[in-house]
Amino acid sequence: MSTQELIRQFDPGQDNLLNILHALQNTHPQNYLTEEALEETARYLKMTKAAVFGVAGYYSMFSLKPRGRHVIRICISPVCEIMKVNSMIPVIEGVLGIKTGETTNDGLFTLETAECLGQCQEAPSMMINDKVFNNLSEEKIREVITRIRSKKS
Amino acid sequence: MIQETRIVLKNAGKIDPENIDDYLKAGGYEGLRKALSMRPVEVIDELLEAGLRGRGGAGFSTGMKQRFTSESCLRCPQRYVVVNADEGEPGTFKDRVIMEQDPHLYLEGTIIAAWAIQATKGYIYLRGEYTDSIKKTKKAIEDAYERGYLGKNIMGSDFSFDVEIRLGAGSYLCGEELTMLESLEGKRGTPRIKPPFPAEKGLFSMPTLVNNVETLANAPLILSKGKAWYQGIGTKRSHGTKIFTISGQVNKPGHYELPMGVTLEDLIGLAGGMRGGRPFKAALLGGAAGTFVDSSMLKERMTYDNLKEKGATLGSGAVIIMAAEDSVEQILHNCLRFFRHESCGKCVPCRTGTTILVKRSEQLLSGHSDRKTLVQQMLRESEMMAATSLCPLGQSPILPLKSAARYFLEH
Repeated sequence: MSTQELIRQFDPGQDNLLNILHALQNTHPQNYLTEEALEETARYLKMTKAAVFGVAGYYSMFSLKPRGRHVIRICISPVCEIMKVNSMIPVIEGVLGIKTGETTNDGLFTLETAECLGQCQEAPSMMINDKVFNNLSEEKIREVITRIRSKKS
Repeated sequence: MIQETRIVLKNAGKIDPENIDDYLKAGGYEGLRKALSMRPVEVIDELLEAGLRGRGGAGFSTGMKQRFTSESCLRCPQRYVVVNADEGEPGTFKDRVIMEQDPHLYLEGTIIAAWAIQATKGYIYLRGEYTDSIKKTKKAIEDAYERGYLGKNIMGSDFSFDVEIRLGAGSYLCGEELTMLESLEGKRGTPRIKPPFPAEKGLFSMPTLVNNVETLANAPLILSKGKAWYQGIGTKRSHGTKIFTISGQVNKPGHYELPMGVTLEDLIGLAGGMRGGRPFKAALLGGAAGTFVDSSMLKERMTYDNLKEKGATLGSGAVIIMAAEDSVEQILHNCLRFFRHESCGKCVPCRTGTTILVKRSEQLLSGHSDRKTLVQQMLRESEMMAATSLCPLGQSPILPLKSAARYFLEH
């Protein structure tokens, strides 16, 4: 489906802006909002480009830069900190070979931090795209990432 | 040992959340049937007299909020119900549990609220990260339309109401009602000056009722069972139950629905006691925009009013338990870092204040020689922010800071 077709599935009200941006980002293989997509959205909703870019840049779930196919967001909230997430972050960074905020060379993973994901009953937690992973341990992190890597090949 | 009192969560885990027939068999949509047989003003009175208070954190009377919204701007062509499903307070996941396990319950509450204030259009502003809640809510809405609980002439009445989901995108601040309205209008999530309150001038400048998921989930129960039944649960001044989410250093972290008025000690007991028998050190009540307490508060009753009198908060019902090995300074730092990240930048005192607080907190962590002066500086900064910021975000850092100072930092 083209960007235009995707956008036109929504009613052209400004209240649909966030829903449209989610749909655009989720269908892009690099999990981000391209300039063309934002321009197209602005035209469709009869908003200024500045207003649409302003919104896209404001919300932390949106990215204006290309990211990996799998965006890992690890929760750094107080509960996850009590449950030792700080010792998990170096593990993920090690397995991926990148620092938080970076994307792997093969374009498969981007590592980000997130505020409370609301999974505190099984902290520490992370999301990979729209899937939640709880009770993180070194072993579980290795297993999850290995599984995703092997699916690719 | 206390027991849970499950009213809002009575179906949770027992019915298939994606099967409307399961919900109907469990008495679903009876509250709506009752509401539609009453005049809207009678529905508001019922909720008002039942004593239902907002479960999002503020604890404001739901009936009053509905009354204000229904009575303002009688000539306005439209009125809206907005469901605050943008749960983001650290340590809080009560709304997620309702949305994932019994989505029709809060949807029914939404339709009742719409009837009460005579709104014909509603939006559910749902947290973007809550994939499962989004999926279950979507299915519930579809099925409710199919069975005539949404759309035109609901349950054969003259009343029509439509509801749509709008996704949040990772801004904590959008959980604040006026900011949520900005976001719903397709703008950056920055707060509005109030007054006017949403009841007078809300979404697209029309009278708008913003209610939290848990609050709305109580409405069908009050309607179907009556206010007297509801008043019999909880304490004299805080009626009903609260879903507490207990996390951190307990053996069985999770969600527990309890009558208003249980103690912190009861809650920890219900959550299986301290993890591995560790000694209790502190609890952070209400999340980052909440308050730290020490063991002197273990036997205090957890109600909006009692905790307020004691300088603590009930807030969203988050209860984060810390053990002797955990550092209050470290968790306070985490909260302050969170506020810095979530500050929208509109009010200068909040934008710069949240940064200054993180810097001072780093100094505190690195063993600053004059702790007392440093803590005093932080308190002054947060007081100034509370007095000069538009929205609750800038007004919040003082909560964890002052309570941490009172119980822990100044010793």
